[in-house]
Amino acid sequence: MQALSTFLPELFLAVSASLLLGFGLSKTNDRSVLVRYISVGVLVVFASMGFLLDRPAGTSFSGLLLNNDFSDFLKCVIGLSAAGALLLTQHYFQSERLDRYEFSVLTLYAVLGMSIMASANNLLAMYIGIEMQSLALYIMAAFNRDSLRASEAGLKYFVLGALSSGLLLYGASLVYGFTGSLDFETIRASIAVSGPTTGVIAGMVFLLCGLAFKISAAPFHMWTPDVYEGSPTPVTGFFAAAPKLAAMAIIARLITVPFGDIIGQWQQVIVVLAVLSMVVGALGAIVQTNIKRLMAYSSIANMGYALVPLAAASVAGVQGMLVFMTIYVITVIGVFATILQMRLRNGMVEQISDLSGLSKTNPGMAISFTILMFSLIGIPPLLGFFGKLYAFLPAFEAGLAWLAIVALVASVIGAFYYLRLVKVMWFDEPTREFVRAPRTVRVITIVSVLLIFPLLIIPGIAGGMLGFAESAAQALFAQ
Amino acid sequence: MLIGLHHYLIVAAILFTIGVFGIFVNRKNVIIILMCVELILLAVNINFVAFSTHMEPVAGADPIAGQIFALFILTVAAAEAAVGLAILVVYFRNRGNIAVENIDLMKG
Repeated sequence: MQALSTFLPELFLAVSASLLLGFGLSKTNDRSVLVRYISVGVLVVFASMGFLLDRPAGTSFSGLLLNNDFSDFLKCVIGLSAAGALLLTQHYFQSERLDRYEFSVLTLYAVLGMSIMASANNLLAMYIGIEMQSLALYIMAAFNRDSLRASEAGLKYFVLGALSSGLLLYGASLVYGFTGSLDFETIRASIAVSGPTTGVIAGMVFLLCGLAFKISAAPFHMWTPDVYEGSPTPVTGFFAAAPKLAAMAIIARLITVPFGDIIGQWQQVIVVLAVLSMVVGALGAIVQTNIKRLMAYSSIANMGYALVPLAAASVAGVQGMLVFMTIYVITVIGVFATILQMRLRNGMVEQISDLSGLSKTNPGMAISFTILMFSLIGIPPLLGFFGKLYAFLPAFEAGLAWLAIVALVASVIGAFYYLRLVKVMWFDEPTREFVRAPRTVRVITIVSVLLIFPLLIIPGIAGGMLGFAESAAQALFAQ
Repeated sequence: MLIGLHHYLIVAAILFTIGVFGIFVNRKNVIIILMCVELILLAVNINFVAFSTHMEPVAGADPIAGQIFALFILTVAAAEAAVGLAILVVYFRNRGNIAVENIDLMKG
């Protein structure tokens, strides 16, 4: 029974998704709303399953999947953020006449893929997880199939996603050929004997490049702004949160387990990705006028920040990455919930200038958006500050002080465009007024704002989350 | 001449390079991009199978895993082609053509 309990969250998700796929099919009535609520429930149960089952640790499927605190932590955050993003789709899809139950099912399958990524202990399992996630995401990007923008976004995402899978697979084949195994621990043992041969290093670089596409780290970021702009807004919110965390997790597992003994080889790759992403993200966002494109560049920069602690190759580094990504996911869901409130009588708007004078027309929305922006900048009482603290300190401690300084400079440049949004909201003259947003969207914004306010939430949650992230990082290194 | 492991690896590397270049150089048709993706996956399959059949029997070596991986890649490639073509059909219905240079509604 040990093997079953370690695989139970994925099994539960797979069975529920398949049952819902059949359940939603009804000739007489539209079950999309019902399927969405059931899916949100399934995701919440999935997220809490690690706790319900008392965090089982162990392998399943002959070592293909390994469940430990690391994967439990990720499943918890991924499940909850996907549930939040799925709730956001409700009103948007109804008003755009897009509400089909398949979307909820696709979300469940994407989360199943991410869950397999989070516990993958083998190159094959990793590949299957990534593909399962990506195939669902391609369809979700093009879900508004009558919109030219959405189908173009889907097409671009598909082509570059397929290319990145190709790079990843080529890397996997080289690593397999030069170490003789697909299993992470056996690869590590084999590298310890043979040392870092050229074949292994080439394979590792291909693997990291393929994964850099998935987290949209520069120089593999070119799809991000277009896909973010073209996809339906709640879908963009989903893209910015859970898939990034899952891909970041698989990078962390790759560099600590199979390549844990050749730090010098992968550290340079991670440092280059981090520096380029921070620079591209900070500079690219300055000229943007569309708020979804702006958030795309912001996510590129934030992936750069999240790679900084990973370069430290320490328990504190992985913990810093997990803490930073969790806080980023909470914030970004709040930001997209706010973007979804930008609705005029005749439809959604997404230009930054549309926000002008928001403080006079809709003070509540302006205050919550300002708090979210301040958190993204990293202003102290908000959680965004602690995210950056936990992300940059390990780099200092590991002797990468210059990298942490580059990250700090990039954050200062990044502060410019977040503050520009704040300025537009508070000091420009109002031009028009948004219609009142639906309740679910407002509630998610408020929950997200409250969560990034450490004074308001019970200190126990933050402390518990921090301890959980630390034990997750330790579990990864104990592997 | 005996055909050894490195012959297979060179063929696979050439196919992989043609595939990657095809995606970036081709300016005409999206279908060609899909073919290039298939080419990349085939290159990877050749790699896996060649490594698998030429593997030295040392401790921890798993020659069968490579062939199983190749089978999985074939399966996933079929699913990927189905999704890709479906998105392409949707795009064609909205745009009226599938020339690569026309996919430029969003940029910057």
